[in-house]
Amino acid sequence: MLMRTDPMTAHTPAAASDKIRPAVQLDGVTKRFGDSMALHEAWLKIRPSEFMTLLGPSGCGKTTLLNLVAGFLEADNGEIFIDGDLVTETPAHMREIGIVFQNYALFPHMSVAKNVAYGLKTRGVEKREIARRVDEALALVKLSGFADRKPKQLSGGQQQRVALARALVIKPKVLLLDEPFSALDKNLRGSMQVELKQIQRELGVTTIFVTHDQGEALSMSDRIAVMSAGRIRQIAAPDDIYRRPADRFVASFVGDANILNGRLVEKRGDVAVVSVGDISAEVPAAPIAALSAGDALDVFVRPEHLAVTSRGVSGSLPGTVTTQVFQGGHVDLYIDAPGSARERILLRSPGIAALSSCPVGAEIGLTIGSDDIVAFPPREAA
Amino acid sequence: MKRSPATLALRWSGRVLVAAILLFVLLPGVVVAISAFNDRAILQFPPQSWSLRWFYRAFSYADFAKGFWNGLTVTVWASSIAVVVGSAFAFAIHRYKFALRDFLEGILLSPLIIPHYTVGLGILILASQTGIGRGFPLVIFAHVVMVLPFVMRSTYISLENLDTRLELAASSLGATPLRILFTVTIPLLIPGLLSGWLFAAILSFNEFTATLFVSSQATQTLPVAMYNYVREFADPTLAALSVIYIVVTATLLTIANSFLGLGKILNVDAH
Repeated sequence: MLMRTDPMTAHTPAAASDKIRPAVQLDGVTKRFGDSMALHEAWLKIRPSEFMTLLGPSGCGKTTLLNLVAGFLEADNGEIFIDGDLVTETPAHMREIGIVFQNYALFPHMSVAKNVAYGLKTRGVEKREIARRVDEALALVKLSGFADRKPKQLSGGQQQRVALARALVIKPKVLLLDEPFSALDKNLRGSMQVELKQIQRELGVTTIFVTHDQGEALSMSDRIAVMSAGRIRQIAAPDDIYRRPADRFVASFVGDANILNGRLVEKRGDVAVVSVGDISAEVPAAPIAALSAGDALDVFVRPEHLAVTSRGVSGSLPGTVTTQVFQGGHVDLYIDAPGSARERILLRSPGIAALSSCPVGAEIGLTIGSDDIVAFPPREAA
Repeated sequence: MKRSPATLALRWSGRVLVAAILLFVLLPGVVVAISAFNDRAILQFPPQSWSLRWFYRAFSYADFAKGFWNGLTVTVWASSIAVVVGSAFAFAIHRYKFALRDFLEGILLSPLIIPHYTVGLGILILASQTGIGRGFPLVIFAHVVMVLPFVMRSTYISLENLDTRLELAASSLGATPLRILFTVTIPLLIPGLLSGWLFAAILSFNEFTATLFVSSQATQTLPVAMYNYVREFADPTLAALSVIYIVVTATLLTIANSFLGLGKILNVDAH
């Protein structure tokens, strides 16, 4: 089998101690293209068997980082380690890396089996061993009957499986995935994600996954590095990224967020007390370290963390329902609350009760039903 | 549906125009082909009496047979050398940025601007200055110079269409740059290289102007032999040769088309 880790640790990479030698480590890696800074001092440690996602909009530097790890680009500054070995100047073909491109980049003149065998041939593996491992890899991606087909004769999903088998058969030290799902249609995408994650866990292969799709990132990753404008903004587990975004960019890029007008009341060590209208709440103090009591700030609240109550209840914000959108499992309410927010507020109400209880035009009160709220300095001051 | 007289007039004038263009394109070939069957030793259209004897003469005339084999030798060597040299230059120009890159590209494409008789005359002057005889190497050299730009273009376009991620994938799989070249890059360039070779071969085999300067009696190619013939004789042998030429070329292209797909070879359907 391709299995190469013991299942006890493979399933809980996030629990691994930081003392373990990182599978991939970037120490202050910087890359410029002409005058533009593609990647600015990236510091990153990826644990063995970890599924690390680089998430960000296009041009944020995530693909540059991937290409630097693969050895397709040379860093201007900083060092890259794979498995503890310094590889900053090691050419790509000596790095033992598996990569799956967005367009799969299968060799069009070779059969499926030849594609998968390519990396074994370059390593001088013996013929019968190659045949055995190719069969095994194709079985892993459920393409056993397709060995003699040409890539052109396969569907997009099948091509992706071949690309995955080709990358995994060499038992790479790191698996790199460059937006592998964006060329697939929506239904296929979901099932491929589940399957890929399952294979990754089973093999325990350290994986760097590049995507601009926050849904993919949240559902597949052990940890996410959110990037923007060539910088890593936050590295954390998906739920931490969602619940405790480190800055405005992360808070608005990952998930939906309402921005409420608030004011800093006081700081108590790690937490700060903020007020929004009648409501007072605790938020992490770090992002607003520069502010002092009485300063205005922006409070970020997720749509599902808001709840509806009667107008005038103490500890609520007054608002008016302007639009109802039935989403099946929940109802989205758009609410005007001119005193509390500059933009329309989105409230996500589970079930279908809100359809009848909050008709358009209803004057309601809003409450915050969660501790997972964060505050940042107002945009003007940021 | 009723059509207006104007539409009908347009439709018919269009048909007449197409017919006229076809006629003009095919006319020389048709006239020559029919003249080839004239029994008399003059070029005349239409012939008064019929015969196949000029075909026999075209095959038996020693200069033509020799010219054909000379031409074939020159064509095969020149096209093959041009494919190797031209592809290497195309590769360098496409993949690497270096000083004088644009200059080099300009020089290599210049035969498109410099007339063939200039190439022939220049090489002839150089040959006589340096004492190099007018043997096959000289003729082949002249042909390489003339077909090189076409081969380069063809390879360059194929390189443009090549997805560089294929080479990156190969390198991540442990292939050295040399191995990538032979297992990925060149195999994917083969349609482009073949089309370049075929194009070069057609140009080289038909080349007359420069060859007239650099060839001798011993190395003259078929077009030069034909030119020399027509200076001495005015019989229909050349017409017969033309018919043979057209038939052979059409046959070869048909074979190439059915076995390899002409569109593929000539890069017509490349995207």
